[in-house]
Amino acid sequence: MTQIFAYIPFKNGAAEDVALEFPAAAKKIDKGASLTAVVAGSGADLDKVAQEMTSIYSEVIKIDNALFSYPNAEVVRKALVNIIPLDAVFLFAHDTFGMDLAPGLSVKMDSAYAADIVDFEGIDGTTLKAVRQELGGAVSTHMAIDISSGAVMTVRPGAFAPVEGSSEGGTIVDKSGDAGDLSAKRKFLEIVEAEVGDVDITKSDVLVSVGRGIEDEENIEIAQELAEAMNAVVSCSRPIVDAKWLEKSRQVGTSGQTVKPKVYMAMGISGSFQHLGGLKGNPFIVAVNKNPKAPIFQVADVGIVEDILDFMPELTEAINDL
Amino acid sequence: MEILVCVKRVPDTAENEFELNSAGNDLDRDDLVYSVNEWDNYAVEEAIQIIDKVGGNVTVITVGDDESEEVLRREMAMGANDGILLCDDAFDGSDGKGIASILKAEIEKGSYDLVMTGAQADEGAGQIGGMVAAMLGMPYASLVNKIEIGDDKIIVGREIEGGNQEMNEMQLPCVISIQTGINEPRYVGIRGIRKVAKVDIPVKGAGDLGVDPESIGEAGAKTKRVDYFVPDMGEGAEMLEGSTDEIIEKLIERLKAKGGL
Amino acid sequence: MTSIIGPASFKFFGIFPAVILSFVLPVIGIGLFAYIMARRIAPLVRANPDNRFDHIGKRVRNLIFVWLGQMRQPRYMLAGVLHMTIFAGFLILSIRSSSLVIIGFSDGFVLPGFGGILGDIYNFFKDYAATFVLIACIIASIRRGIFKPKRYAVPEKYGKDHTGEAIFVLAIIATLMICESLFEASASAYEFQLTGREHFLAPLSLVWIFRSMLASAPQNILQGLHIFTFFVHDLAFFFFLCFLPLGKHFHVITSVFNVFFMRVKKGNIKPVMHGVADDKLDDLESFGVKKLEDFTWKHMLDFYSCADCGRCSDQCPANAVGRPLSPRFITIKARDLIFKNYPFSGEIYKSKLLVEDIYTEDEIWSCTTCGACEEECPLGIEYIDKMVDLRRGMVDEGMVPQSLQKPLKALEKRGNPYGKMEKKRADWAKDKEFKANWQIKDLAKEEAHTLYFVDSITSYDDNIQEIARRTSVILKKAGIDFGILGKNEKDSGNEVLRFGEEMLYQDLKEQNIEAILESGVKQIVTADPHAFNALKNDYGNSLPPVKHISQIVAEKITTGELDLKPCQNPDKVYVYHDPCYLGRHNGIYEAPRQALDAINGLTRVELEKSRDRSFCCGGGGLMLFYEPEEETRMGVLRVNMAAKAGATVIVTACPFCLVNIQDAIKVAGKEGEMEALDFTELIEQHLA
Repeated sequence: MTQIFAYIPFKNGAAEDVALEFPAAAKKIDKGASLTAVVAGSGADLDKVAQEMTSIYSEVIKIDNALFSYPNAEVVRKALVNIIPLDAVFLFAHDTFGMDLAPGLSVKMDSAYAADIVDFEGIDGTTLKAVRQELGGAVSTHMAIDISSGAVMTVRPGAFAPVEGSSEGGTIVDKSGDAGDLSAKRKFLEIVEAEVGDVDITKSDVLVSVGRGIEDEENIEIAQELAEAMNAVVSCSRPIVDAKWLEKSRQVGTSGQTVKPKVYMAMGISGSFQHLGGLKGNPFIVAVNKNPKAPIFQVADVGIVEDILDFMPELTEAINDL
Repeated sequence: MEILVCVKRVPDTAENEFELNSAGNDLDRDDLVYSVNEWDNYAVEEAIQIIDKVGGNVTVITVGDDESEEVLRREMAMGANDGILLCDDAFDGSDGKGIASILKAEIEKGSYDLVMTGAQADEGAGQIGGMVAAMLGMPYASLVNKIEIGDDKIIVGREIEGGNQEMNEMQLPCVISIQTGINEPRYVGIRGIRKVAKVDIPVKGAGDLGVDPESIGEAGAKTKRVDYFVPDMGEGAEMLEGSTDEIIEKLIERLKAKGGL
Repeated sequence: MTSIIGPASFKFFGIFPAVILSFVLPVIGIGLFAYIMARRIAPLVRANPDNRFDHIGKRVRNLIFVWLGQMRQPRYMLAGVLHMTIFAGFLILSIRSSSLVIIGFSDGFVLPGFGGILGDIYNFFKDYAATFVLIACIIASIRRGIFKPKRYAVPEKYGKDHTGEAIFVLAIIATLMICESLFEASASAYEFQLTGREHFLAPLSLVWIFRSMLASAPQNILQGLHIFTFFVHDLAFFFFLCFLPLGKHFHVITSVFNVFFMRVKKGNIKPVMHGVADDKLDDLESFGVKKLEDFTWKHMLDFYSCADCGRCSDQCPANAVGRPLSPRFITIKARDLIFKNYPFSGEIYKSKLLVEDIYTEDEIWSCTTCGACEEECPLGIEYIDKMVDLRRGMVDEGMVPQSLQKPLKALEKRGNPYGKMEKKRADWAKDKEFKANWQIKDLAKEEAHTLYFVDSITSYDDNIQEIARRTSVILKKAGIDFGILGKNEKDSGNEVLRFGEEMLYQDLKEQNIEAILESGVKQIVTADPHAFNALKNDYGNSLPPVKHISQIVAEKITTGELDLKPCQNPDKVYVYHDPCYLGRHNGIYEAPRQALDAINGLTRVELEKSRDRSFCCGGGGLMLFYEPEEETRMGVLRVNMAAKAGATVIVTACPFCLVNIQDAIKVAGKEGEMEALDFTELIEQHLA
């Protein structure tokens, strides 16, 4: 029986959404596998998350240490190596913490490593078949992972269906005492918060979001006009912020804001997973892109193949005429 | 400060349209153009800016075939002082850990204060830096978008969720992976590359590095790519077609239903 | 005593001979002037080489028309006429002023040959010359001091206002005129009082008026005035001479050289280094202009020669839209730097990187190389080559904006700035409807008489591909046997060269030349003026003749091989916008207009800024990728100009103009009332 562990990331006493997705991933690896959640942190926040996890996981390993009050990948890694069986399958979220921790952990556990997995297709002997993407999502690949001496893997948040209404009634196992030596050469200092812009895109029900297709800084105004007509707010993808056409606070994505609008107008956005990672709450997505092969059309509810620079002004006019 | 930057030659995502070959199991590589991995370019620029400030040397290294020399030269044209090409048939088919082991073997032979990689490359795994660090027992930080150099320490900012920045103090030597946007990489033209065309770049194989052939290459790989494919589009979006006016009419109807208007 | 005592014989207070002063003033003046000039020439000697001794015939022509004839002056009418007056006056009075200096040693001196009738004629004209110069000075002073035309203003970031210097110089010139006239008037009045003989003076001239005023003045006053005005003139003359090289009036001395050495060809770009062949470029240590001394001596001379008239910047589209570029200050800042780094005494300062010292990177990237500034400059000052040289320097240092690095890399890898695949270069011909009617020859497989060079934007941009199809139909109907290079065609590199990426340009050029020569065609046609310019002016002499599609159309209409139907939209008002690289850089103004006018019933108006004063749409090629800071777009200004001219359709003959103007119509909110149309589309629609 495959032993699977899932590391639960959390913030301010609440587990990230991916905690609900690990069970689906684990089932796709091996239906009969045992699944254990691992939560590392300190104090009340940790207790709260560990408790929350018992409704989803049959076993929850809790590692409490003052050093984990902010998760430092190097320190957490040391504890995990001492606590988790080295031949286990260990899942992480492919987020900024998982990327920091997991590759090094696989070395220390001497197990196979695979990153950013979007699907599993079961185990054949000791070979696990997984799906991931390359070249910025342009192509997918099947991977064969030898898990005979364990595996560390990161899964893409949002790629697996979340558990709904589970009440597992699991138990919490406190392994804080087994963490071992936690001295580290890397020290967490502080979080520098992103500058808050004049507009809070997380509060808007409708977002007109622009990507590379906007082509020029001056064209932002065209999106602005559409947003005004729709009583919406303009947000954007990363390239627009990199080009300094809009402030960082307007960026939707894993390295930007997480938004939960009702309607999301993806204008000239190709739809990288980093961008979609910032889009929660299952909004109604309208994608307009002149490239019919843009990945955004795979996730959008409505797709339109048009040049946004032509399309947006016409849409604005039509809405204003209503 | 001695800085080593690990770089990779990758198919250029900006200048390629990826298609599968006729067998449908690999990329159609005939018309692909390759260049240095974008993230690596930021890493090299950052390294050059650091030595411009505090002095030292930047070495660029890659594991690849003969053609990978081209990306080393491009980075040397930017201002890296030396290049090392790790090239051997025995390296073919290595997984991330295999590549990390090969790099580790060479890094141990030098005395680098700082090892840099790009935050990710064409495969999108973002794994090499963390693995190399763990193998060498050095501290590691990923997704770095700010560096302040101290005496035996550096302070790095990591780009984390929400656009926030996580500040860490790292003891040297250490390994960091660099996120795009940390700087504005300088331009390298054909002329720059020609200027360094004759600079000697040492090529090292498995024997020179003393790596165990069992731990690298196809044999040592625990993670293998089986094939490439273009995923089934699934349901995908409902594509609105017709004249622009018709499309707008249909769209407005749907937006009204979903509370967008 | 029968006449007034001249300065050569006069004794101050009866003892001190004035002739000593007459001698000392020129010695000090000329000595100082020689020293100043020697220091001023120093940077030119250290500058890079420049080949300006070719095309002597054209240079002499320029000297006669642009310098002596002041041909470009009346483009700004009032200022032009004032300048021409002062310039002509200077030429005439230079003889008089020189002989006045000698009169200081020799009373009544006349230049050889000026004793008889010639002298009388000369005197007649010089009297009026002095008069008109004085009047011009007064008007000019009022204009600059009171009305202050906007183009002379100095924006705060560029330093202090220059009005003071301008008025000061006008005052010196006025002093010279008044003194010269008073000197002669006092002698003439004196002579009249003594002898009753009235020396002939040009009626109503300054000297004539002064003599009338002095007719009854006491003789001692006249004598004093005569000597006083002589020495004031002498002093002012040498002061002026030494003052000229200190500022914008250096042009009085340098203009004759600057115009002689000015650009004689259009549309081309200077080599990286004069005297270094393209295949030896790799041996150069450094590329382009990084420091002051990297400019060529002619470009240094340009800096000295600028009269600060502001015409360049007044015409500059980048300046008009608020980009951080004003050509006038490219020159003024460089001149100030030369003056600072090459002081009159002491060490020469070591120069720094220009783009960090006096220019900014954005300033240098802001230029669209439209050439409006050069077209306007009355002194033949060049800007495009300087911009390109500065960019070459920045490219060599790796200072290239990120937004330009991507297209440059794509050009290197794929031969087009979009990074599209080579094999898709001819996809425009695969359009279903088009393909059903027309077959385009691939010159790699078939032979043809003519090559249609499509270039990147027309090959790859979905909206612009239509130009390729329309051009093909026109060529077919005109009975021209033509083909394309397909995937063997690379970007023409017109902008790659002008953006300073010389080696990439050389690469593209070599590949294109090889492919073209291989194809064995006898003629090249293109619908892209940027490609046209590169092939014609940059690629050298090995290629067959190059024509723009508008020339072909105009020719074939004349010969009757193409026939045009009456205008399909006779209610619309058409205006033709001159693309910079067709018009200004290649002088093709008439062919497209002829073709338009050959459409019966087509109403065509002209833009106020047209032909060689056409206003750039925003720039082509790599300029489409650059993100300048600007207040508005050039295209928007252009669309507004067209609206003012009463036009409803802007016809242009360049794919980049089409892109920019189409965009600008949207930005200007003129959709529905204004449209942009390519020349080929309009013609093809009207082909019989």
